[in-house]
Amino acid sequence: MTQPAPLLQVNDLKTYFTIGTGGPFGSGKQTLKAVDGISFEIHAGEVLSLVGESGCGKTTVGRTLTQLEPATDGEAYFNGTEILSLPNSQFRPLRREIQMIFQDPFASLNPRLTIEQTLAEPLHIHKLAKNRKEARVLISETLQLVGLDPKVMDRYPHEFSGGQRQRIGIARVMILKPKLVIADEMVSALDVSIQAQVLNLIKDLQRDSGVSMLFISHDLGVVRHISDRVAVMYLGKIVEIGNRLEIFENPSHPYTKLLLSSIPRIKPGRTKVEDLGEPASATSPPTGCAFHPRCAIATEICRSAQPEMNELSETHVSACHNISQLLGGHA
Amino acid sequence: MALLEVSNLSIAVAAGGKLLPVVQGISFQVEAGKTLGIVGESGCGKSLTSLAIMGLLEGSQVRIIGGTIHFNGQNMLTLSDKKRREIMGAEMAMIFQEPMTSLNPVYRVGDQIIEAIRQHKKQTKQQARARAIELLTLVRIPDAEKRIESYPHQLSGGMRQRVMIAMALACDPKLLIADEPTTALDVTVQARILELLKELQQQTGMAIVLISHDLGVIAETCDSVAVMYRGKFVEVAPSAELFSTVAHPYTSGLLSSIPVSDHEIDRLDAIPGRVPMLGEDVIGCAFHPRCNLAQECCSLKDPEEVSLTQTHFTRCHFPIGSNL
Repeated sequence: MTQPAPLLQVNDLKTYFTIGTGGPFGSGKQTLKAVDGISFEIHAGEVLSLVGESGCGKTTVGRTLTQLEPATDGEAYFNGTEILSLPNSQFRPLRREIQMIFQDPFASLNPRLTIEQTLAEPLHIHKLAKNRKEARVLISETLQLVGLDPKVMDRYPHEFSGGQRQRIGIARVMILKPKLVIADEMVSALDVSIQAQVLNLIKDLQRDSGVSMLFISHDLGVVRHISDRVAVMYLGKIVEIGNRLEIFENPSHPYTKLLLSSIPRIKPGRTKVEDLGEPASATSPPTGCAFHPRCAIATEICRSAQPEMNELSETHVSACHNISQLLGGHA
Repeated sequence: MALLEVSNLSIAVAAGGKLLPVVQGISFQVEAGKTLGIVGESGCGKSLTSLAIMGLLEGSQVRIIGGTIHFNGQNMLTLSDKKRREIMGAEMAMIFQEPMTSLNPVYRVGDQIIEAIRQHKKQTKQQARARAIELLTLVRIPDAEKRIESYPHQLSGGMRQRVMIAMALACDPKLLIADEPTTALDVTVQARILELLKELQQQTGMAIVLISHDLGVIAETCDSVAVMYRGKFVEVAPSAELFSTVAHPYTSGLLSSIPVSDHEIDRLDAIPGRVPMLGEDVIGCAFHPRCNLAQECCSLKDPEEVSLTQTHFTRCHFPIGSNL
């Protein structure tokens, strides 16, 4: 069976930052490899989650794909077009199709613009409405789509709660009918009862519109709820990628196992995975497999060589030297 | 008498010449060696409750308008400032959510711990320094002798929170108040900090009041739990009892709102609506506009506390699973 070409195909993406003052002779400068050679694809109508802890590079992936950070190396094909090297003038029309939603619903809306002005702005930029009347019709439809009363158009962001503001942020993205939405920790700032409402909304919108999503999150519960596929990142690299159930029911990397076992549970009886070390620093990553100082099954080779990707199924890949030991000897 | 006894505590915010109630007559006790969890969403009053116990509300727009707080038999609200300062930070200590903003960035972490020790105990700098190293070792900071010289920015978030815990433990507190102590931390780091707190409690026998929005954290660490909604405890029970026999629709709604990582849920059973704003009047039960079990009387009369068992209380006209 041949799959259709993916909507987004990322090959060996690298984003490095130079940090430190440098001094008069450029000494003391360090390279921070925020994203260090990752590859993945997202198909039309699919939700891929990028999950990992602070500093693993998941946010930088999203920012690089939207050209908010320049890529150091690698390629990303969106609908067949390489987008990382596109000059701004040619990337701009694509921005309608690749949209981003951010974490903080308080910081991402302009306090001086009414909701109508906020939602009209993208329509003007991409010339999607001829006049104000047409824009208002579109805005009104989109507000209803995200569960808000169209009457709120004349109000300002401060009059809304966090959950409502996040709905406005979603409306601002959905009004452009994008093909790919990059959502960076979009429900992390919300209270759990509101988070549930917003998650249900995103799931409905995603199913109805068929938009693809790159869902960046640290919350594994949220990730399990929203994703079709999941990629686990550790220190700039993808350590495991697979379908939702493959990752959650059959985690096949020691780091994924550690993450899953660290979540506090309401029902007692979670099995704890031993965590031997501290999270590593991205400026001086450990040699070999970056996870080896924390890994309970690390051996000599883990300290010296970077693991290759092992294919466990057509959809499930894990980068661990000791994969056979991890899976109980029958892989 | 329990170590901490709070009865009928009410707190209000002064705004526009009016006093708006934020905490309305809550009562609870914490015994030595036990952990009480207070869980609720933003604005429910859980943090203000902890600040009130620590005596940190003074001079702000927020004030205690009723009730008593007894710690170790003493009424904290009538104590002289001098006496209270002796207790605060020594017998009663607090850790906060944000370990970066709770530490002074221009002083070495060791000096900050030493300051906390010398504030309350007559010790020479050398003695206090030795104690600081001991404390850092206790909270499992590797190379404590070296780390004591670090500045906060040189430490990771988890390390900073350990420094905060070390500082809080400096004078062997009888009560530790932890306000969202792991919320800003990664999940693997959170697991270690929670384990550390549990072990320290076993060693020292201190009581802990743990404030959190995360029911998983509460379930794993607390002996008893109070669920707070709009300034009131709507359900109080021993941890195991609460999670096995939920009585209040709000607690039940919270539980079904959580997307969990260990099984499949297609659609979350979200609580509709939102928490009423401060100063917004709700007649009857504060939760009734969002409650799918509400009946007419819920919009007329605020429910009294009813006891389901000797240890399980709720404020609801129609508690789940009971024939009341």
